[in-house]
Amino acid sequence: MKNEKLNQAYKAYVEARIPKTKPWPSLFNSFWVGGLICLLGQGINDLLLYVFPNMSQQSAWAWTLVALIFLASFLTAIGVYDKIGKFAGGGSIVPITGFSNSITSPAIEYKHEGIIYGTCVKMFTIAGPVIVTGIVSSVFVGIIYYIVGLI
Amino acid sequence: MEYLWVFLIGGAICMLGQILIITTKITSARILVLFVLIGVILQAFNIFDPISQFAQAGINVPIVGFGASLAKGAMSGVESRGLLGTLTGGLEATSAGIAAAVGFAFLFSLIFSSKTK
Repeated sequence: MKNEKLNQAYKAYVEARIPKTKPWPSLFNSFWVGGLICLLGQGINDLLLYVFPNMSQQSAWAWTLVALIFLASFLTAIGVYDKIGKFAGGGSIVPITGFSNSITSPAIEYKHEGIIYGTCVKMFTIAGPVIVTGIVSSVFVGIIYYIVGLI
Repeated sequence: MEYLWVFLIGGAICMLGQILIITTKITSARILVLFVLIGVILQAFNIFDPISQFAQAGINVPIVGFGASLAKGAMSGVESRGLLGTLTGGLEATSAGIAAAVGFAFLFSLIFSSKTK
């Protein structure tokens, strides 16, 4: 009986302590920050094609992603991306910059546990599942495509 | 005009992620996995390219584009190398992104220390 009361008190305490994200502003913020990151990508891509007219569309796109990844990684390292993340939520997670952030952030965070067991292992805590599911599902799609091609 | 669509579609995809976060309290790792899978599926059914032509960076910058290029790589790998292409194609197409993300993360982890705490 006493335990139950304690549990309830604890639950109320936890509820009160969980940072509240107000749904409407966070939706709006995730929208415009996410949109802006995509716009930045388009801008870099178009600029590259403008400055180097001989560049193939594919290479320009690869450079664009590398530039975005670099930028996000750097902003994570200096502690700015986390602030954007708190503000924009999904707007900072869903773009490729969020993928970059998810690797750099633990890499720096767990640096003190050593280069191998800290940095190298922990950098894949979020990116690992993403890469694994991505590879497995794409191989699956490739096999289906191969079989369909045979028929 | 083109840029407006990039902004609107990119923003909408990110907002979709935020809606999932609010309604299901899903973690960011799961969000990323989910959106990569969506990309793979869109590409598998050849729906991604028509959207991509229209939305450009709006759908390619979100991680959905990463999933799509994995699947696209596997499919074009099959065309050029047959069955072996299913294994080589996906990573070939996304190698620049993965190598850059890992490389920069490693480099910056050597230079910078944790800011929080």
